[in-house]
Amino acid sequence: MVEWSEQERTIITSIFASLDYEDIGPKALSRCLIVYPWTQRYFGAFGNLYNAEAIKTNPNIAAHGIKVLHGLDRAVKNMDNIKATYAELSVLHSEKLHVDPDNFKLLSDCLTIVIAAKMGSSFTPEIQATWQKFLAVVVSALGRQYH
Amino acid sequence: MSLSATDKTRVKDLWEKVTPKSAEIGAEALARMLVAYPQTKTYFSQWGDLSPQNAQVRKHGGVIMAAVGKAVKGINDLTGTLSALSELHAFKLRVDPANFKILGHNIILTLAMYFPGDFTPEVHVSVDKFLQNVAWALSERYR
Repeated sequence: MVEWSEQERTIITSIFASLDYEDIGPKALSRCLIVYPWTQRYFGAFGNLYNAEAIKTNPNIAAHGIKVLHGLDRAVKNMDNIKATYAELSVLHSEKLHVDPDNFKLLSDCLTIVIAAKMGSSFTPEIQATWQKFLAVVVSALGRQYH
Repeated sequence: MSLSATDKTRVKDLWEKVTPKSAEIGAEALARMLVAYPQTKTYFSQWGDLSPQNAQVRKHGGVIMAAVGKAVKGINDLTGTLSALSELHAFKLRVDPANFKILGHNIILTLAMYFPGDFTPEVHVSVDKFLQNVAWALSERYR
């Protein structure tokens, strides 16, 4: 069981409370596809991904980035049981989407970097540590049902 | 994943802006790493308290970043440029090379914070590749 202090809970809920999903979601996903191009393998049906410009302006990618970011809402609401919360999504990513679970960490790193760029110096080392702990728990839960 | 001419140009261009703030950025990156990845503190136990305000931590971050700057200047021969540092890390410091990736992530995060406009996804991929190559050159003498 993951233990969360009151401070950690506050940090996570407050980041999500002020999160601009329509801005951050697309930026995080498109950055992941550009920085780690092999992750494009999961998006064959999304249209033009030929270069960075195409990825950044692709509306399907933007929409999907927003969707993925909203997917984190459930973890925020159920911080004491993220593993169970994502059991079904984990099965989906394994059985249907066939996503290599190592890739979850790549997207999570890009999300962290986009949020750091947005928040600037208010993304303190302590906030970074808490945020990364949260994402690590999410990533672990998403990989849990793979076999 | 070796560096293309485009990668090298992007890194050098970004470093024109990085250089005047190099010490500050290095201090920030190292301080963050010690807070967000506590296992890395094992390499600095001789400094006692490792909080972000610790002067030794901040100074050392600056030293590290200066070496990265040197690597940028010697980007065409990273193995040669970093050979002495590789020996230091291999035989004296014995830092597990997995940690180079961790510090790299924190350097990238700090760069994104300091240069939100310049640190585009394209620049990010080139810097990520560059730091990977630096890590590789730094591990050269390990075994």
